Amino acid sequence: MRAFTYERPDNVAAAMQAAIQPGASFIAGGTNLLDLMKIDVEQPTHLVDISRLPLREVTETPDGGLRIGALVSNTDLAADQRVRQRYPVLAMALLNGASGQLRNQATTAGNLLQRTRCPYFYDVAMPCNKRQPGSGCSALTGFNRMHAILGASQACIAVHPSDMAVAMAALHAEIELQTPAGLSRKMPIAELHRLPGQNPERDTTLARGELITAVILPPPPAGRQTYRKVRDRASFAFALVSVAAIVDAGGGKIRDARLALGGVAHKPWVPKEAERELAGAPAEAGSYEAAARSALREAQTYTHNEFKVPLAERLLARTLGELATGG
Amino acid sequence: MAQVIGQPIDRIDGRAKVTGTAAYAADNRAERMAFGSIVTATIARGRVAGIDANAARRMPGVLLVMTHENAPKQAPFQAKADDRHARPKPQLADDKVQYFGQPVALVVAETAETARAAASAIVVTYEKADGAFVLESASGAAYNPGKGPTGAPADSKLGDFDKAFAAAAVKIDAIYKTPYQSHAMMEPHASLASWQDGKLTVTSSLQLVESAHKSIADTLKLEPDKVEVISEYVGGGFGGKLPVYGDAILAALAARELNRPVRVALTRQQMFHVTTHRPASIQRVRLGAERDGTLTAITHQSLAQSARADEFAEPIVFSTRSLYAAPNRMTSQRIAALDLPVADSMRAPGEAIGLLAVEQAMDELAVRLDMDPIELRLKNEPKEDPEKKVPFSTRALVPCLTEGAKRFGWDKRNARPGQVRDGNWLVGMGVAAAIRGNFLREAEARVTMESEHHAVVEMDMTDIGTGSYTVFAQIAAELLDLPVENIKVKLGHSSYPDTPGSGGSFGASSCGAALHDACTKLKAKLQKGEGAQGLSATGSVKPGDEYKKYSQYAYGAHFAELGVDQTTGEVRLRRMLGVFAAGRILNAKTAHSQLIGGMIWGVGSALEEETVLDPRMGAFVTQDLVHYHVPVHADVPQVEAVLLDEFDPHANVLGSKGVGELGICGAGAAVANAVYNACGARVRDYPITLDKVLPALTRRQG
Ligand SMILES: Cc1cc2nc3c(=O)[nH]c(=O)nc-3n(C[C@H](O)[C@H](O)[C@H](O)COP(=O)(O)OP(=O)(O)OC[C@H]3O[C@@H](n4cnc5c(N)ncnc54)[C@H](O)[C@@H]3O)c2cc1C
Ligand code: SF4
Repeated sequence: MRAFTYERPDNVAAAMQAAIQPGASFIAGGTNLLDLMKIDVEQPTHLVDISRLPLREVTETPDGGLRIGALVSNTDLAADQRVRQRYPVLAMALLNGASGQLRNQATTAGNLLQRTRCPYFYDVAMPCNKRQPGSGCSALTGFNRMHAILGASQACIAVHPSDMAVAMAALHAEIELQTPAGLSRKMPIAELHRLPGQNPERDTTLARGELITAVILPPPPAGRQTYRKVRDRASFAFALVSVAAIVDAGGGKIRDARLALGGVAHKPWVPKEAERELAGAPAEAGSYEAAARSALREAQTYTHNEFKVPLAERLLARTLGELATGG
Repeated sequence: MAQVIGQPIDRIDGRAKVTGTAAYAADNRAERMAFGSIVTATIARGRVAGIDANAARRMPGVLLVMTHENAPKQAPFQAKADDRHARPKPQLADDKVQYFGQPVALVVAETAETARAAASAIVVTYEKADGAFVLESASGAAYNPGKGPTGAPADSKLGDFDKAFAAAAVKIDAIYKTPYQSHAMMEPHASLASWQDGKLTVTSSLQLVESAHKSIADTLKLEPDKVEVISEYVGGGFGGKLPVYGDAILAALAARELNRPVRVALTRQQMFHVTTHRPASIQRVRLGAERDGTLTAITHQSLAQSARADEFAEPIVFSTRSLYAAPNRMTSQRIAALDLPVADSMRAPGEAIGLLAVEQAMDELAVRLDMDPIELRLKNEPKEDPEKKVPFSTRALVPCLTEGAKRFGWDKRNARPGQVRDGNWLVGMGVAAAIRGNFLREAEARVTMESEHHAVVEMDMTDIGTGSYTVFAQIAAELLDLPVENIKVKLGHSSYPDTPGSGGSFGASSCGAALHDACTKLKAKLQKGEGAQGLSATGSVKPGDEYKKYSQYAYGAHFAELGVDQTTGEVRLRRMLGVFAAGRILNAKTAHSQLIGGMIWGVGSALEEETVLDPRMGAFVTQDLVHYHVPVHADVPQVEAVLLDEFDPHANVLGSKGVGELGICGAGAAVANAVYNACGARVRDYPITLDKVLPALTRRQG
């Protein structure tokens, strides 16, 4: 860990001011950032601790949605009655992430902005374009069992590790931001994380010094919701593949399906084509399987992650079936 | 004399541990202590061409940068020795890099943070050489190590295997692979070294204090009485703390250089390369049987990694020599020297991975014979050791299997895979045998009356979490007829009487037998009626002929029930039972905890654990506990161990055998066999992760 300076402002304006200086980084729960600092992957010279900012509330929005403060802990959010009743997919995703202790400390914004778990990213002795642009991607021809099958580039095949973000993508959440200029802006969650392209060092579209202040959930969509995570052990492991799904079905037909896949791409992956195909389709196995196939149609695999394609297809088809038929 | 030995009493060190007052190596503090941080090599083979430490040296608070250019001269490394763990372990001795992660520099600073930051600021350049990293491609370079770490010969042969196998009515010929594994014990390695009046004290996290004492003294070319090694609390060892590593030696060298105490701790990430690992293996098992299940031919051949830097021959096939009867048999052990970090013992070296192969092969044979796998094992129960041709000291495999079958409800198992469903889960059961060699080593113990009713026991033995403190207190209490609370047990100082330490499950029996002797002698003195206070006796034990005259093993049987998700291939254990016989049990509670710990590790070996090698770099890419998976609570919902009554009169005076490793032996094979029974996936390449199960599921469903 490199030496750094530290401050803990108690209001948003002061935090924004503090974050302007070069080398500054926000720190919330610190469960990701500190680990990365200890192993020299992140080297901020100034930490702006935002944990005392008044961003810990979950409040109702006028249209019937929820506004989740950036600092609401993963534990509190998962336990919130409104979340559990109206957005069960989100509560489930949160509880499928990390461990109880980590969730107590982890924040909503920190969870969105956690960095990939590609093992090469974690060892400064190994080439990694995300950590050191231009050094090469060790995973491309190396150990890539956990890696992306959709939307990757030759420069980086890492996946975004968050569970919570996958549920939020299916819920069409919005991200509320403060810019260093003091303006507030919003963007759909789909625009927050980016695909690696030629700049894998950039995980998101956030500009330097921008602060996430809240995540806004639109009113709960009609239909049944679930989050299903497939992993190498029963708990405390990142997703190999996960599915967040909200399916509104009745009378033998699917009215609407909202889907997002985790563990397959550099961002929560929304299979738009599959969603379109499902809208109005008969609620039967053939529809689910066809949708699952089209969700994975563009998949590209590497040495160790071929299994993710059949796995994601099977998981998606089964999840759709369970939600649509009330099974 | 009240019966104290065997009672399930709580650990006498439990309170100190749960209240945080038990000081583990890195918890120790010393006046003016400085902190060291190790810089490790980022190539697997070659030499250090240059080290630029200018930036590090200039950082405020940095006291010392040690590299091969300025490291004090130490004794040379020895390839072979009677006690591998007592050899000199010179650090930064030259510019040669023999494996990825080898220490190439040490930075010492006023704070741990500064030391670490300075270590990151050191720029090392290398001249890289090609290396061999892949076991699969190294079979040409495989060689016969002559013998394994326990001294048994690498090869054995009886009868005419080829002929019998060719003639066998039913055969299995299969290759099994086990991956690199890391000990991943909770407490990372750390050492605090200080010098006073020319005497070195090293407080470290070690299993073998006596070996470490010699290793450290010899490395630094010191007289033995100029070195004291202390290891009072150890947060798990599992074989990974048998050797002495750079933390201890470098702390000692730096402390001498700086004339102040120095602590060096490894990071979790460093442990995967700096310390040892279990070597990967490729094993071929061939079984030939008659239609009724009688085995006529057995072979077990193994190839395992060994480090070019330091040879280790994992004794994978040894227990196969004693497990089942068959007139024609052959075993062979080969190793291949690769340019990888050093392989060494990890919980039940040999059996832990050997049985993953042999006990899965037995299951495959049972399937082919259409025979119950327990029946098959009962059918091949030997009357004496099938290769050594000596009697078993005790052998309770049959009762373990039959008692376990009864308790587990084995009769409810459906022998055909894929028949039992529970929602989306395909449910299966598996069984496997456990066998683990029992050893006795030379040991000494001293017991002294501190007052009329209080005694103190001293040994340089360690308690690596197994319960040594507690069982020794029980032994002394029973023999001296004192309450357990009146016995103080002092372990882990090299100045105390010599013991073999903790390793190979020999600790409790060897030290316990020496202590038994000491207490018996003390009791004789006490009976003379002179005042008790200050009376002291030293006892000892030496392995005798019993080890040649009898085949000595502990046995057990594992039963596992698990579910396989028919969509995803996820495997989740539901319940597991182990039934064991390991001589007399010294403390039913700590023994139970050792056994279920071993079983859980077996579950991990079967389903999760793998230190992944990147063959391009010769480096392990799993370098933390996010990437290196061991079972979590949710993975082991119900694990039970049952101990059968036994007393082994040939093992030692206590009649006890080791239990620390028995639990892992065969446990993973029971899990693998249950996976097959659940869904028909026969995975011979451990760990059985879902990607290896999926193909069988997609085939099933067409
Ligand atoms: C062992 C382990 C296992 C885990 N398993 C899982 C898992 O299974 N699933 C899962 O989803 N997650 C998992 N996690 C990740 C965990 O969820 C994240 O570490 C956590 O959510 C990060 O939150 P934090 O508040 O601690 O973030 P921090 O570490 O404080 O910050 C992370 C990043 O976000 C930035 N940041 C934080 N808040 C803001 C803000 N308001 N505006 C702008 N930038 C901000 C910081 O600058 C930093 O770059 C695991 C973590 C660990 C250590
Ligand atoms: S996949 Fe991305 S994060 Fe991983 S090594 Fe390649 S560039 Fe780095």
